[in-house]
Amino acid sequence: MGLYLLKRLGGLLATLVAASIVIFLALEVLPGDAAEMQLGQNATPAQVLALRTELRLNRPAVERYLVWIGGMARGDFGQSYSYEVPVSGLIEQRLQVTIPLAFLAMALTILLALPAGIFAADHHGRPSDVAVSGLTQLGLAIPNFWLAILLVLLFAVALHLFPSGGFPGWNHGLWPGLRALLLPAVSLAAVQAAILTRITRSAVLEVLGEDFVRTARAKGLSRPATLWRHVLRNALISVVTIMGLQFAYLVAGTIVIENVFYLPGLGRLVFQAIANRDLVVVKNAVLLLAAMVMVINFIVDLLYAVIDPRLRISRP
Amino acid sequence: MALLEVEDLRVTLPTARGPAAALRGVSFSLEAGEALGLVGESGSGKSLTALALLGLLPEGAAVGGHIRFAGRDLLALPERELCRLRGNRIAMIFQEPMTALNPLQTIGRQIAEPLRLHRALSRSAAADEAIRLLGRVGLKPAAGRARAYPHQLSGGQRQRAMIAMALACAPDLLVADEPTTALDVTVARQSLDLMAALAAESGMALLLISHDLGIIAETTRRMLVMYGGQVVESGPTAAVFAALAHPYTRGLFAARPRLDGMPGRLPTIPGSVPDLADLPPGCPFAGRCALAIAACTAAEPPAVDIGPGHQARCIRLDQQPPAGDPVAGGPA
Repeated sequence: MGLYLLKRLGGLLATLVAASIVIFLALEVLPGDAAEMQLGQNATPAQVLALRTELRLNRPAVERYLVWIGGMARGDFGQSYSYEVPVSGLIEQRLQVTIPLAFLAMALTILLALPAGIFAADHHGRPSDVAVSGLTQLGLAIPNFWLAILLVLLFAVALHLFPSGGFPGWNHGLWPGLRALLLPAVSLAAVQAAILTRITRSAVLEVLGEDFVRTARAKGLSRPATLWRHVLRNALISVVTIMGLQFAYLVAGTIVIENVFYLPGLGRLVFQAIANRDLVVVKNAVLLLAAMVMVINFIVDLLYAVIDPRLRISRP
Repeated sequence: MALLEVEDLRVTLPTARGPAAALRGVSFSLEAGEALGLVGESGSGKSLTALALLGLLPEGAAVGGHIRFAGRDLLALPERELCRLRGNRIAMIFQEPMTALNPLQTIGRQIAEPLRLHRALSRSAAADEAIRLLGRVGLKPAAGRARAYPHQLSGGQRQRAMIAMALACAPDLLVADEPTTALDVTVARQSLDLMAALAAESGMALLLISHDLGIIAETTRRMLVMYGGQVVESGPTAAVFAALAHPYTRGLFAARPRLDGMPGRLPTIPGSVPDLADLPPGCPFAGRCALAIAACTAAEPPAVDIGPGHQARCIRLDQQPPAGDPVAGGPA
C-alpha cells in the first residue's frame, strides 16, 4: 500500500511538471506580444520596451519559466493586467463558485445514477429496465445548455423559485448561494447522471454474470443479499473510474453552463482571460485546472486500492 | 427413503432459436452418505442437473418433474426456503476455483458467510470456525490463510477454500461440478481425495460431476452417463466399467487418453452433441452412433435392464461386441 501510494504520488508530481511545461510552451508560441496587447495601439516603442522589461519578456524562456514556477511555490501567482488584482485572489474567488457547483452536480449525479443503474441491472430485460434505459437515452440526447434554459424558464421565470442567474456569494449565508447553484447543478447532473446510470447498470450486470455470484447464491444468500454483499463493491471499480472523469469535467468544463447562468466560475475566468490576452491569468488558471484534474485522478487511484485488494502490493 | 430422489426432471431453456429441451426426464436417487458419479461431455446436461438441485437454474428456465430432498419437493419450495437449504443442507463446489471466489473479500470472511447465515454465529465465532475449517482442508497456517485474499492463493489452495466453504454447515449433500477440471493433475488428485475423505468422514452424500472417468471410478459406487439431456446408462460403477453397455459410454471410454501404448490418434466420437432446441425424434445419440438403424430414430429407446441395478437406453445392446479390454483393470 505504501509503495503503491508513493508511486502514484511520484506520477502525480511528474505529470504536474510536464503539464506546466506544456502550458508555458503553448503560451510562448502564441502569436502576439503581451506588452503590446496591454498598452494598446497607441503605445510608443519606448513604453512597450519598458513594459517588456517589467514583465521580463526580454529574458530567456527558461528563466521566465523558473520565475513562474518559483513564484507559484511561494504562493505568488502574479498580477492580472485586465482585472488589475493578484491572480491568486481572483482564482480563489472563482473557486468558491466552481468547486461547490462541481460537488453539488456530482452529488446529484451519484444520488440519481447509482440507485437507477443498480435497479435497472437487477430488473434486467424487464419493462422497468427498458424504462430506465429510455430515460438515460433522453438524458444523453438533451444538450445541457438547452435544459438549463428550460429550467430557467420554468423555475425562475414562471415559478420564481430560483434565481435565473448570477451568484450572491457565500457571505449572505448558505441558502442563497446553494439556491443560485441548484439549477446549474441540475442541468449539469442530468447528462452526467444518464452516463453514470448506464455505466452502473452495465457494471452491475457484468458482475452478476461472474462465477462468485453463483457461489454466493449456492451458499444460501438471497438475490438482494448477494447484490449488496458481493456484487456492488465489485461493480464499483468501473463506476469510480467514470465518476472521476465526470468530476474532473465538472471542475474544468462547465463554462457553457456558467455562461448561461452568469456564474463567476473558473471556466468563465479562463474564457474571458483568453479573450483579453491576460496570459498571466490564463497560464495560472489552466495549470490549476490541470492540477485539480490530476488530484482527482490520484484520489480515484487511491479508491481503487481501497476497493480492490489486488491493487495493494503488500502481502499479509 | 433415499436422501435425494430426482424423478423425471425436465428443464427447458429459452434460446435464440427457440426453447431447448436441456433435461429430458432425468431420474436417479441418492442415499445418505452415498457417492454418485455423473459423466458426459459438455452440453449433456450434467451441470444443469446440479444447478436444478440447488434451484439456481438460469432465469427463464422452465422446470418439470420432482426433486425430493429429505422428503421435501424442492421444485415446489418457495425461494426463501431454498435459501435456507442452500449452503446449509445442500452445498455445491464449482468448476473454477479461480473465479468462484469473490476477489474483494478475504477467504476467512467468505467461509464464515454461510455460518453467519445458517448457524447465526457471531462474527468472531464464525471467524474462528472458518479458521478451524481451513485447518481441516489442510490450508496452513489456517489463521494466515483466513486473512488472505483469493488472488494470494494458488488454484489448489482456492479449491481447498471452496471445499471448506461447502463443508462449513456440514451439509447432507455435496454437489461437486467438475471440481478438479481447472487444476493440474496432482493438485486435482489431492483435492479430490480430500473431498471424498471428508464426505465419507461426515456421512455426506456426494454427487460428483466429471468427465474424468478415472476420478469417477475411484470415487463413486454408482454412476450415471448423460447424453442429450437424458441418462443413457446408469448402474454400479464397477458394472458400467465392466460392461460398457451403451454405445455412447463405449465411445467415451475409447476417447480416454491412455499411457499403455495406444496406437495412433486418440479415437473420438464423430459429430457433436445434438441441438437441444431442435432435437430429432428417437435416440439422441443415433446421429453419431455406428450401430444406428432406422428403428433408433423412430422412437425414444426405453431403459433396458442389463444387470442388477444396471440400465441403458439402447435398442441395439445385443449388437455390441463383447466389452474386451477398454479400461484395463476397471475401477480401482
